[in-house]
Amino acid sequence: MEALDGLEQSLTELRQTFTSGRTRDVAWRKDQLRAILKLIDHNEAKINLALHQDLCKHPVEIYRDEIGVVKKSANYSLSCVEKWMAPKKGRIPWLFFPSRGEVLPEPYGLVLIFVAWNFPISLALDPLIGAISAGNTVVIKPSDLSPACSAFLASTIPLYLDPTAVRVIEGGAHVAEQLLQHRWDKIFFTGSHRVGKIVMSAAAKHLTPVTLELGGKCPVIVDTLSDPSEIMVAAKRVAGGKWGPCSGQACIAIDYVLVDRKFAPILIEFLKKIIHQFYGENLKNLKYLSRIVNKHHFARLCSILEDPRVAASIVYGGSLDENNLIIEPTILLDPPLDSEIMTEEIFGPLLPIITLDNIHESIEFINLRPKPLAIYAFTKDEKFKKLVLMETSSGSLTFNDVMVQFLCDELPFGGVGQSGIGRYHGKYSFDTFSHEKAVLYRSFFLELEPRYPPWNEFKLQFLRFAYIFDYFRLLLLLLGRKLQQMFASSH
Amino acid sequence: MASEDGKEVFDAEAARLLLKDLRANFATGKTRSYEWRVSQLKSLLKLATDHEEDIVHALRSDLSKPTLETVVYEIALFKSSCEFILKKLKQWMMPEKVKNSIITFPSSSEIVPEPLGVVLVISAWNYPFLLSLDPVIGAIAAGNAVVLKPSEVAPATSTLLAKLLGEYMDNLAVKVVEGAIPETSALLEHKWDKIFYTGNTKVGRIVLTAAAKHLTPVALELGGKCPVIVDSNINLKVATNRIIAGKWGLNNGQACIAADHIITTKDFAPKLIDTLKVGLEKFFGNDPLMSEDLSCIVNSNHFSRLTKLLDEDRVSGKIVHGGQRNKINLRISPTILLDVPEDSLIMKEEIFGPLLPIITVENLEDSFNIINSREKPLAAYLFTNNKTLVEKFARNVTAGGLLINDIALHLTNPHLPFGGVGESGMGSYHGRFSFDTFTHKKAVLYRPFIGDVTARYPPYTPEKQGLLRALLSGNIFNIILALFRWLKS
Repeated sequence: MEALDGLEQSLTELRQTFTSGRTRDVAWRKDQLRAILKLIDHNEAKINLALHQDLCKHPVEIYRDEIGVVKKSANYSLSCVEKWMAPKKGRIPWLFFPSRGEVLPEPYGLVLIFVAWNFPISLALDPLIGAISAGNTVVIKPSDLSPACSAFLASTIPLYLDPTAVRVIEGGAHVAEQLLQHRWDKIFFTGSHRVGKIVMSAAAKHLTPVTLELGGKCPVIVDTLSDPSEIMVAAKRVAGGKWGPCSGQACIAIDYVLVDRKFAPILIEFLKKIIHQFYGENLKNLKYLSRIVNKHHFARLCSILEDPRVAASIVYGGSLDENNLIIEPTILLDPPLDSEIMTEEIFGPLLPIITLDNIHESIEFINLRPKPLAIYAFTKDEKFKKLVLMETSSGSLTFNDVMVQFLCDELPFGGVGQSGIGRYHGKYSFDTFSHEKAVLYRSFFLELEPRYPPWNEFKLQFLRFAYIFDYFRLLLLLLGRKLQQMFASSH
Repeated sequence: MASEDGKEVFDAEAARLLLKDLRANFATGKTRSYEWRVSQLKSLLKLATDHEEDIVHALRSDLSKPTLETVVYEIALFKSSCEFILKKLKQWMMPEKVKNSIITFPSSSEIVPEPLGVVLVISAWNYPFLLSLDPVIGAIAAGNAVVLKPSEVAPATSTLLAKLLGEYMDNLAVKVVEGAIPETSALLEHKWDKIFYTGNTKVGRIVLTAAAKHLTPVALELGGKCPVIVDSNINLKVATNRIIAGKWGLNNGQACIAADHIITTKDFAPKLIDTLKVGLEKFFGNDPLMSEDLSCIVNSNHFSRLTKLLDEDRVSGKIVHGGQRNKINLRISPTILLDVPEDSLIMKEEIFGPLLPIITVENLEDSFNIINSREKPLAAYLFTNNKTLVEKFARNVTAGGLLINDIALHLTNPHLPFGGVGESGMGSYHGRFSFDTFTHKKAVLYRPFIGDVTARYPPYTPEKQGLLRALLSGNIFNIILALFRWLKS
């Protein structure tokens, strides 16, 4: 069991750094962002090695999902951070004249980032980019289930980033518990639903705001398509969105498919062809697939398949290599809806295909279940698209593709309901680590007497009109009052 | 389940059934329509207009709130809020088109606002009408079904709200649950799609802890010790008027954004105190315990709490004005104290009453560090004509919101977000922020079947990797080069 020597000391130092104001400086923020870029550029080989050790990821998958994502994010933030830091002018009603209003983003202070094991580099560095752009000091806690990446981050980050402002603390659940006992100004967590609750409960004691990037069962609706080239594209994208990202161990990977009963066999045939083409034909020759992260998750996935009713529904794959922790891409046709494969997030290379009498039933099917992080729908029917858009709820919704919404800096990335709280990417990363402070500047000039007691009818009327910004009646009221006063004084 | 006196007890089971009903109603899609939202908001406006007298009466009963304070800060402010939302709602409901990423070319992207579902609004006792209905209009504008739990510490207003909302609103989607701790706990046992709580930090923690069990997102409008820094080079008369209005004119100091205490220089303090005394007499007369223009203390618990603050040994000798009290009528006169000890109770807790400590410093800028060393307040105020000081204050002092040369006014501006940070809260509302706080902004990406970049798929080759690199870099030139190389292969 790891002990956290010097945690108190470390946190005190980080808070002192924040209080000094150094991290608020735009030059400091840009330096740190450039440092992240350098870190990636100089260490691509080490990153590939660490990810290969932890998950058997292929370099192309690594570039696509980890390195490329971080570089893109850092470059985007570097080009925008100064703009994001600028105060936003707020409109002021005439009644407040003369005055000026603005919204000023400021850093929260000391933030904690929990990293998940499936994208252990990008899920550490992407939130870090947001935290730094917003001017905070940061502690990163990588997952102990990806130990090579955790060690890489712990040894490399101090060489590139400001060690008085950014620290990495390694360890498992025990370390996480100790960290959660302290007070943070913000916690950013990526991981499971179960641990998300633990994090939020701990944060509640200190009234710490949280962003939780969780998961869910992300469905893909595949409408009946007639053009074989389009079916091919859809099937490729479905396959790429299931087995491509870390062998299905991704929060936005496809969890299951919803398809019309008559179309299912066609889709399955296309999927089989594509699996051969992308990954190979049998367990021994599989390529370009990550492995299952550890024995515990391997056993979990095996036990899902051990349910006889589920095993009976396998139409492709199902082979297991326990030594190398590889599970073949597996397709199941209509496993029972009350089996674990359909009640829990799969997070693995098993793809259930659920058939419906009518594809429109997919909407109700999805709505009976917790809101997922992403919904995907392949269809050319514009009316159906509209129905899916308006009648389902999810973190995001993508038509005719999968996963790519993750790469768009202009789209917020986050869940709703059980799939998470808050969002990030692009400017949303900056915002998620910022407090938006409202500032109103008033002058002493132009005083409104009706604001003050003792109260009377005139003041009441004045304020009634003021609050509905009825300037015309206000003017009349004031004129009337003036005339009254002149009249009274002339007697 | 019935209690001893035969009344229906609102327990966890009752809460579960209530939620089940509301979810079923929400699922019909009725609350999403623009027409429904507008009709509900208009009903609330009508409610506020038709029943002004009843509302004034209820607030007088609960807080002895002066009629003007009710009409202006509760009713007019609410109506103004509602009208602003009605004007802008259609625009806010529209999807926001978003720039497309070259990586996903060709594509179109948008952000679509959708309601969260069934939300819970828990309100406070000090502005019981406004703080109940202002969040409710945000929830309705965003298309949600709502349960309102008004504060039991303002019972007349709670009863009135239950009655009027029952008469004016769509009862299938907007409900009021009255009650105290048992009823609130029953509600909090269940999963909501959002909880909006206004109140104190102690209960804020309880609400957030309950919400965490269900991963329910929360907005907390809490409080804090809102400091007022007063410089010497100011229009003293105007400043003191605004301070008085921002302390005793706000429910007799019982407001989350009321001035809690003043920080000023040793030299300036005597002059400030004298001017405050003159202003107080002008506004409230020379027997403020009898003034109709001052709210009373809400109940005997708070009365005891406040008198305890005043009676603390090292504090009672520091009173320079006021200090009178009337236990029967629950009244405490506007009280000013000078240089109470930093560690006294009155300087450790949010005062929420008519006691105004004045702390003196050698140098006014020292006040920034003092404020930043404490818990982040909901608001911080500065009175000065010194532009450099204003800049420094805006950049360096952290609070929910800042206001220069006035008090509390920023909350009436619907274009500024109103909310706390740290111990003073999380989330914000007013104007567009009310709509946003009860909305999920769904990212939507539309892609066509054509233009499939097969470089995305295995088997992975160096040329494919090169193309991916170029795409992710966003550089057109690199992309064209890489495309060329990949096509050649």
